[in-house]
Amino acid sequence: MPEALSAAQPASFQAKSRRLTRGEALVGLMLNLPAGIAYFLMLLLPSLATILLAFTDYELGALEWGWIGIANFEEMLEDRGFAIALRNTVIYVGLVTPLSILLGLGAALLIEAGMRGRALFRAVFFLPVVSLTVAMAAAWQYLLHPTIGPLNAFLRLLGVTSPPFWLSSSDWVLLSLGAIGVWENVGYNMVLFLAGLSAIPRELYQAAEVDGTKTWLDRFRLVTWPMLGPTTLFVLTITMIRSIRVFDTVAVLTQGGPNKASEVLLHTMYKEGFTFLRLGYSAAITLVFLLMVLGLVWLQTKALDKRVHYG
Amino acid sequence: MAERGAKSLWADAPRLLVLGFLALLLLMPYIWMISASVKPLDELFRASLNLWPERFHGIENYAKVFSQIPVFGYLWNGIVVCAGILFFQLLFAIPAAYALAKLRFPGRDLALGLVMLGLLVPPHVPALPLYLAFSKMGLLNTYAALILPFTISVFAIFLFRQFFKALPDELVHAARLDGIGEFEIVWRVILPNAWPAATAFAIFSVVAHWNDLFWPLIVIEGQARATPALGVLYFRSDEAGDDFAALMAAAVIMTLPLVLAFLFAQRRFVEGIATTGLKG
Repeated sequence: MPEALSAAQPASFQAKSRRLTRGEALVGLMLNLPAGIAYFLMLLLPSLATILLAFTDYELGALEWGWIGIANFEEMLEDRGFAIALRNTVIYVGLVTPLSILLGLGAALLIEAGMRGRALFRAVFFLPVVSLTVAMAAAWQYLLHPTIGPLNAFLRLLGVTSPPFWLSSSDWVLLSLGAIGVWENVGYNMVLFLAGLSAIPRELYQAAEVDGTKTWLDRFRLVTWPMLGPTTLFVLTITMIRSIRVFDTVAVLTQGGPNKASEVLLHTMYKEGFTFLRLGYSAAITLVFLLMVLGLVWLQTKALDKRVHYG
Repeated sequence: MAERGAKSLWADAPRLLVLGFLALLLLMPYIWMISASVKPLDELFRASLNLWPERFHGIENYAKVFSQIPVFGYLWNGIVVCAGILFFQLLFAIPAAYALAKLRFPGRDLALGLVMLGLLVPPHVPALPLYLAFSKMGLLNTYAALILPFTISVFAIFLFRQFFKALPDELVHAARLDGIGEFEIVWRVILPNAWPAATAFAIFSVVAHWNDLFWPLIVIEGQARATPALGVLYFRSDEAGDDFAALMAAAVIMTLPLVLAFLFAQRRFVEGIATTGLKG
């Protein structure tokens, strides 16, 4: 009897837990169903369709279209406009990333270094992140206006006789857009660095002091910078991914001009797709854009791996 | 200030000066935008460096904006779109994230893999086919077109899953013992505990979609369903022309709502962006 009881008990427990597991499986699936449907319809299916579209000559409103293999990508290699857009995007990312990271880190270190004005400065640096980009682009347009803009009025006051046409000269336009990009991203990077800084244990600084580090620079070199490593790597990747998406300021301020001097990848994709209605070619450009983003993520993972193995 | 180790104001001065200078540089577009929005046009064209106008023209400039474009219409569209997007994002993501964090079910690993895959894909990638589909279904120029593509946020699922995994299992067990059904658990037990993550995500989502130009530019034409970003763009190209004073007034009006929200809930905004940023 006792044996039967002890044998029966686990069995009933098992049955109960199996029942629960089966119920749990059903519930788990049901809870994922709405998200799954939305994911399939809004993300997976259209993304796969973009890949297929890139191998067609589909044009909006066209009655006939066909598979053309890699012809879109071949055209891209010959397309001077695309080459310029690619080059400009790389230059833009190359300008915005280091500057906005250095300034963001500098601002975070300075804010963290004292007690006064913390909330105020944090709020001011963060303001561009929450400001309507299109509206602020209009403000920049006025600020940088060649004749009535305050910046050039100030430069003339300083004795510069012919200050640059910031947004309408092909020599300056990318630099100007880059400056606006830095302005947009500094606050975001600062916030991430502040979070990284607050995670560094105070004891490390005390230990460093015991070991004889005296100057601020030594403390930075020995404690802050190494401890910020993962944050910096993350900020680097996210800034590159954010700035490679540059579209708003170009669409509002220059539309790629003058003479394609500020043409960038997403703006070219938008123009080919929605102005020239060449959806196939536009999809091919989208794929190049996606590959670049994936490449950046891949580099980040590789860098992280290295840290784990050799760090 | 009785902070331990607090420096004297004198020793703190260089730091404050550098920060102050940087802050002033960053504020330049705002300062000049506001200044221009209260100046008459002839003063703007003289390009004087005075911040305050000789002849205050603010009322006329702002009145021009309100009379020429449906300001409240744009703001309302922005609110509807952001609220709609956030509502569906939370509605879809929270249950899915709870299941992925706390339940065992077939296909869970596949679902997790799809979430990770989705995190890698920028929203511009599905844009062309979505536009085609919406156009075929006659959905262009509707709220649906603005909201639907963003109802699924893999980032939200990822963020909430991280958060739910840190919640103790006992919370769920206790609820089951109390006889609360599995679906009810999500809304009665998990959701009340999800507020910190939900606030952080809400701020991230609203900032992103309030400012978005790319997608509204694709699916919206005309003023009826235009978001604030599109509204400024239209005003800039059509009504304003060379009237920078009115354009700056429009820019101030459209920037103000989110900036005010930020100033009122500064700490939450900064924390929200920091959490969502670092988890992403």
